[in-house]
Amino acid sequence: MALDRDTVRNIATLARIRVEDNELDALAGELSNILTFVEQLNEVDTKGVEPMTSVVAMQLPRRPDEVTDGNIQNKILANAPEGTRGFFAVPKVVE
Amino acid sequence: MSSTHLIKGKTGEWEVVIGLEVHAQVTSKAKLFSGAATAFGAEPNTQVSLIDAAMPGMLPVINGWCVEQAVKTGLGLNAQVNLHSVFDRKNYFYADLPAGYQISQYLQPIVGKGELLLDLADGKSRTVGITRLHLEMDAGKSLHDQHPSQTYIDLNRSGVALMEIVSEPDMRTAEEAGAYVRKLRSILRYLGTCDGNMEEGSLRCDCNVSVRRPGQPYGTRTETKNVNSVRFVMAAIEHEARRQIEVLESGGTIRQETRLFDPNSGTTRAMRGKEHAHDYRYFPDPDLLPLELSEDEVARIKATLPELPDDKKKRFIEQHKLSAFDAGILVSERASADFFEAVVTGDGKLGDGKTGRDAKLAANWVINDLFGRLNAAGKDITASPVTAGQLGRLIGLIQDGTISGRIAKDVFEIMFETGKDPLKIVEEKGLRQVSDTGALEAAIDEILGANVEKVAEYRAGKDKLLGFFVGQVMKKTGGKANPGVLNELLKKKLAP
Repeated sequence: MALDRDTVRNIATLARIRVEDNELDALAGELSNILTFVEQLNEVDTKGVEPMTSVVAMQLPRRPDEVTDGNIQNKILANAPEGTRGFFAVPKVVE
Repeated sequence: MSSTHLIKGKTGEWEVVIGLEVHAQVTSKAKLFSGAATAFGAEPNTQVSLIDAAMPGMLPVINGWCVEQAVKTGLGLNAQVNLHSVFDRKNYFYADLPAGYQISQYLQPIVGKGELLLDLADGKSRTVGITRLHLEMDAGKSLHDQHPSQTYIDLNRSGVALMEIVSEPDMRTAEEAGAYVRKLRSILRYLGTCDGNMEEGSLRCDCNVSVRRPGQPYGTRTETKNVNSVRFVMAAIEHEARRQIEVLESGGTIRQETRLFDPNSGTTRAMRGKEHAHDYRYFPDPDLLPLELSEDEVARIKATLPELPDDKKKRFIEQHKLSAFDAGILVSERASADFFEAVVTGDGKLGDGKTGRDAKLAANWVINDLFGRLNAAGKDITASPVTAGQLGRLIGLIQDGTISGRIAKDVFEIMFETGKDPLKIVEEKGLRQVSDTGALEAAIDEILGANVEKVAEYRAGKDKLLGFFVGQVMKKTGGKANPGVLNELLKKKLAP
């Protein structure tokens, strides 16, 4: 599968990665190669095979409805570039 | 359906098509995938675990209680419960979504098709299809108005369990949409799976609205996000429908877009350009196995369902012989319905031993007198100063003739102010109805003796004067004369 420049630009925008115009062709080639490599899997006949969701046969574990965590405001904000009055402070996002 | 739901534009009639997505917060102590608390109003970022803050390497573990509440809600909506469901990542960037994705359910939700019965103002009802219900985590909260150039982020809500309940595009008027939200909220409260508090954001509504010519295919829809009251839902839909009609009639086209409702102006406006906003690139969350339920588990949850509003209403009409209107009012809140039934059956305490109270009378007292008085006092039924047992005993006093209905109103007012028991008030104030014929006859004789001319006029055929005599005797007895007995005695005495 071959990706064109516009698709690569769109993917970059969705991933919030800045990609200059002169990088698009090279990236399109690399991404297309990856997809083509993965597409080899299409050669396997998977008709009637359930999708595998885990390598071990187990059920989704559930936790009881108990408060066991929280009250660690300092830890939560420790890596924030900026925090004010207990909040994360980020550049204004206006909707 | 009648054509009354159509909106008349300049170029003809239009039909409005409405579907609603309601986000209902699951009533739980801890979050959907972490052990942090969910209580409303805590200090910012104090109810956040490292999972909710999306720190690298943290893994989600689902809250089993929240799963049960989603199943319970699905059963309450007569919906298909899916024994196998899958959690997906919904990818988008926003400052209050630390992971860059929301864990949600997409192609395989926990609950599938169901239905909800709308109770409309004209007493009719109508079924609206439920498309699905899925579990997802809430995002954090952004505060834009605290600083000129910064947005403040509080992650306390991040990870709180939500049920997104999606309706079919089955509604045609703003009133129907309002009735839908009210009914859904009522069912959620009966089930106890969501507190339905719209002010605190426990229940939020996204309104999908489009318009079309009758009989034509659906038009392009817009989605007005996060509307947080029934009144606003109706106002947002009303405005959005008229706006779309205006655009179309002046030759424009509707863009599929996300809009915001401004409660101050009652209008909607487009959110600022997010051209890729709808490219969520869902894929199954590799951190979570599919959610498997057993038939037994669903059956066990089903056995815990309370009597829901539709069934209760039906029972009130059959068992208590109430009108559909009165029954509808009483069952809209579980607390009101329970209060009413406690009034009818008595609470067994301080008992006057009376059962089988007049349900119709009880309904009138609860709806007209108690609700009216609570409303005026700005109180909720759960904070009523008059208990169900007390109101029941008051009605008992009317039924056994101890006091008249008229006096009961005064007694009720004192009960409401003081919280005292009705019998005590009646005794203290000497309000017992006078049914004793001897005492009444004496009072009647006195009045007739003082109004000889009027008695003659009455006997000459001026029947209307009976009211005058009744009034006089009532006045003399301080309103305590038994009206039935008084009327009978008066007529006998006045007979020529």
